[in-house]
Parts: sequence; C-alpha cells; structure tokens
Amino acid sequence: MKKLSDLAIPYIVWAVIMIALPMLLLVFYAFTNSGSGTLTFRFTLEHFRKFFTDPDFLKVMWRSIVIALKTTVLCIIIGYPVAYFIANSDDKTRGMLVLIITIPMWINMLVRTYAWIGILSKDGIVSRFFALFGAKDVEILYTETAVLIGMIYNFLPFMILQINTSLCKMDPMLLEAGNDLGANAAQRFLKITLPLSIPGVVSGISLVFLPAVSSFFIPKLLGGGSYFLIGNFIENQFITVGEWNFGAAISMIMAVIMMLSMYIVRRGEDIASGNVKPDAKKTLFQRLIPDSKKAGADERRI
Amino acid sequence: MKKKKRPVGKILMILTVIFFYLPIIFVIVFSFNSSKSLTRFESFSLTWYEKLFSSRSMMESLYTTIIVAVVATFVSTIAGTIAAIGLSKSKRVVHDLVLQLNDFPIMNPEIVTAISLMIFFITLGVERGLVTMMLAHIAFCIPYVILSVMPKIRSLDPNLADAAMDLGCTPWQALTKVMVPQIMPGIISGALIAFTMSFDDFVISYFVTGRGVKNLSIMVYTMSKRVNPSINAVSTLVVALITIVLLIINIVPVIKEKRLLKSERSSK
Repeated sequence: MKKLSDLAIPYIVWAVIMIALPMLLLVFYAFTNSGSGTLTFRFTLEHFRKFFTDPDFLKVMWRSIVIALKTTVLCIIIGYPVAYFIANSDDKTRGMLVLIITIPMWINMLVRTYAWIGILSKDGIVSRFFALFGAKDVEILYTETAVLIGMIYNFLPFMILQINTSLCKMDPMLLEAGNDLGANAAQRFLKITLPLSIPGVVSGISLVFLPAVSSFFIPKLLGGGSYFLIGNFIENQFITVGEWNFGAAISMIMAVIMMLSMYIVRRGEDIASGNVKPDAKKTLFQRLIPDSKKAGADERRI
Repeated sequence: MKKKKRPVGKILMILTVIFFYLPIIFVIVFSFNSSKSLTRFESFSLTWYEKLFSSRSMMESLYTTIIVAVVATFVSTIAGTIAAIGLSKSKRVVHDLVLQLNDFPIMNPEIVTAISLMIFFITLGVERGLVTMMLAHIAFCIPYVILSVMPKIRSLDPNLADAAMDLGCTPWQALTKVMVPQIMPGIISGALIAFTMSFDDFVISYFVTGRGVKNLSIMVYTMSKRVNPSINAVSTLVVALITIVLLIINIVPVIKEKRLLKSERSSK
C-alpha cells in the first residue's frame, strides 16, 4: 500500500508552502517592526499595545462584534420559522424551496450587494414604499441599517439551510411518540424539535457570525465611506496606509477572536446536544411526562 | 402527520423569497434602463450592454473571472481528490495534521487568509497578477474538495484497493478504475463548491492581485463608488450564465436517468 499513501506527499508540500508558511509570515509580521533595510527587523509588541490602548480601534472592534451579533440574532429569528416551514413541507415542495433559497447564493455576492444601493437609495423602492405611509425622504442607504440589511441578505441563506438540514434529520416518530404520551403541540416543539435542531442553529451561527464580523465590502458598499468595521480597518492598513505590521497584528487578533468564539460555540453545541444525546430515548420521554421531568433534571445535575 | 394550513409560515416564506430575489430582479430590470438612474425606469434600451461589450476592462474582468474559476476548479478537484485518497491511506498522525492544516483556510476569516497570502507573495518577490490569483484560488479551493471527497472515501471498504491490486490491477488502475468511480459524487460536489467559491471570491482576489488584473468582484467593488449601470448589465450576464450552469447540472442527471430507464425497458 506504499504507493497510494505517497499520493498525499505533493499536497503536504503544497499545504506547508501555501497555508502554513503564509500564516507564519503573518504572525512574524505582527510581532516585528520592519527596519529601513531588508532583513533588519526587531521583535516588538508595540502593534498589539497600540490596538488595545487606542479607544478608536477598540470602538471599531466593538462595533463589528455588535453588528455581527445583531445580524446573527435576526438571522435566527427570521431563519428558524422559514427553515421550520421548509422542513415541514412535503418532499417535492421541500426540494424546490431549498433550491429557491440556494440559487441566489450562486450569484456573486458583490453583485447582489451592489443591487441594494439602488433599492435603498433616496428615491428607491424602499423609500417610495415608506412615502405611501407619509414618511418622506426615508434614506436607508449609508446608514447602519443598510449594512445590517446587506449582511442579513448575504448570510441568511446559510442559517436557513443549516437549520433545515438538522430539522429534516429529525425522526418524525419522536413527535408521534410525544403526541401519544400526551404532549401538546407547544410541548412537542419545545421539548423535542427545538433541542434536536440546536446543532443546526449552532453551525448556522458560525456560518453567519464569523463572516459578518470580518466582512468589509458590505459596510463599504452600503455603509458609505465613513462606516468602518474591523475588516475595512485591516484593508486600510494594507491598501492605503501601508502599515503592514500593524495590519498583520490586527488580522492576528481577529483570527484569534474567531477561533475563540468558534471554540465557545462548539462547546455550547456539545453542552446543548449533551442534554439530549446520552440515552436519548429515555431522557426525551422522561421529560415529556411532567412527573418525571424533575427526575430528569436531577439526573442532569448529577 | 396531519397536514395543517400554516398561513404565518407561508407568508414569512413568501416574504423571504421576495427578499432574496428582489435585488436580482432589480438588477436585471435596471440593466435595460435607458437612463443612468438606479431608481427611475425611463425606457427600454440596450445602451448599457453596448457600453459593457465595448468596455475592455469590464470584458477582461469577466474573462479573468471565468478563466480563474475554470482553472482553479480543474486543478483543485484533481489535486484535492488525489490528496484525499493519499491521506486516507497515510499514517494517522500525518492524516490528522494535514487535515488540521487544511482547516485553516476554511475556518479563518477570509481577510486573514487573503492578507497572509499577500504578504507571502510580496515577501517572496512574486509579481502579483493573474498567476498569483490562480495560485491563491487553488489554495483555498483544495481544502473544500478534500472535505467533500473525504467522507466518500471513508465509506469505502478499506480493502477495496488491495482487492483490485490482488486481482491484477496496477496501483494506477486501482485508483482510476475502482476508487474514483466509487467516490465520484463527492468529487463532483467538491468541484461545484470549488467553482462557486472561486467564481464568487472577492476578498482573497482583491489582496493577491496586481498590475490591474481584476475579476468581476473587484471590478464591481472599485466601480461602485460612482453610479454605473454597466454593472447591472454585467450582473445580468452573470445571472444568465449561472442559471444556465444550474439548469445543466439539474437537467443532465434527469436525462441520464430517463435514458437508463429507456434502455432497461428495451432490454426487457
């Protein structure tokens, strides 16, 4: 079998050169100060200090996290019912609805985001719609709302598809069993459907939150030149200001924050699904019957 | 389960679909507008298409996008499949380490991958342009191909290749005649993901390109500061192109199935 495992060698070499090396270079830049000549550099933590002590930088960071959180929450609020609707349609409709949700994702993100400029601008469709109700000159373009709309527009499909997948995986027999054991519709949803769909919501969160924090063309196109998120900030360091080392340091900070939040989300998923997984049938049924609910809760506490 | 009427869900579903398709319809409608306005439709005209086809930079960006996507898909699909097969037969440590490394471009924010590649190319002194863009696209596409091929390989019998070779196949034949046909669905979906990732990419292309080489996304990004309805025209072309590709992908299997059914019937 020596021959087949040799097939991995070219890719190992490639991955080291094209993935590991660039990442190491980024870290190297973040921790050094380039001198005037080539090869004259010295180790420094100055860039990190600069970032964490300047209130303006921290404000940009905070704003990015807040808008990404808003996007994520709104995507769950809108996406969950839609995914629920799709998952509960009959097979044929479900396939079609999934296709309908997927098709726009195939079209270039920038092109789709660009389209919102016309829709949201001063005498665009949205503003004319509001004018019908007497609200004059509603201009959403170049505000935070526009950025939020752009982000939801770009990332909502991921949330819907993830939740839908986890809802479809669910065994419908569980609901019937719940029904037989006397749970009403609300109880069935809260005690069976919701806990079982948490993994979908969690992977949806990572597919929405992470790109939303780092996105930089949505704020640039829809937020105008003055609306800055961390992504725009990094872009500026490299494209206009030319402070690479500082830019590399911010990128590193962002990558670390992402990995941390990813880790937290995954832990959350483990805990959430951990409630359901161990001896799933027993605990699920136990929780359905009011009397044994307490016992189930006690079990979990132990 | 009993079927219930769900008016609330239905309304929400319709609103979501409108939300998703409004901008696309908007772009298509306004690409035929005779005036420059993005808000008021004057009359039907093909001015912006004429402008588009006569604009060298826009046609070049379209051409660049397609060339890069085709090359990146082709190379990354083959390289990713080969790597996945090799890794599945590698030692556990190697397998795990490489997959960990493989996860970086997927897990990292795009902008971090983009900047690390940009720094990398500049440090090496490589002139940035079409070639660096292709290399970068191949680099971020292969991980997706590996991810989509890997589960298919895992579901194969690990002795399959051995059995083929015992029966007289060369390793190459065992690979191409036995393993690849078995994991074809994974390879195809990997290729599709690679194509869309590359075709759609903005962030990485933006940082690793140079010498005025632009793909469509970069073009839209740099031109969006001024009103330019040619963007609508080129967007409509992209929508048409993607629709055709999607139709082919969805129709070809149906036709194949029908043919299969026919041949089965005639053989009976």
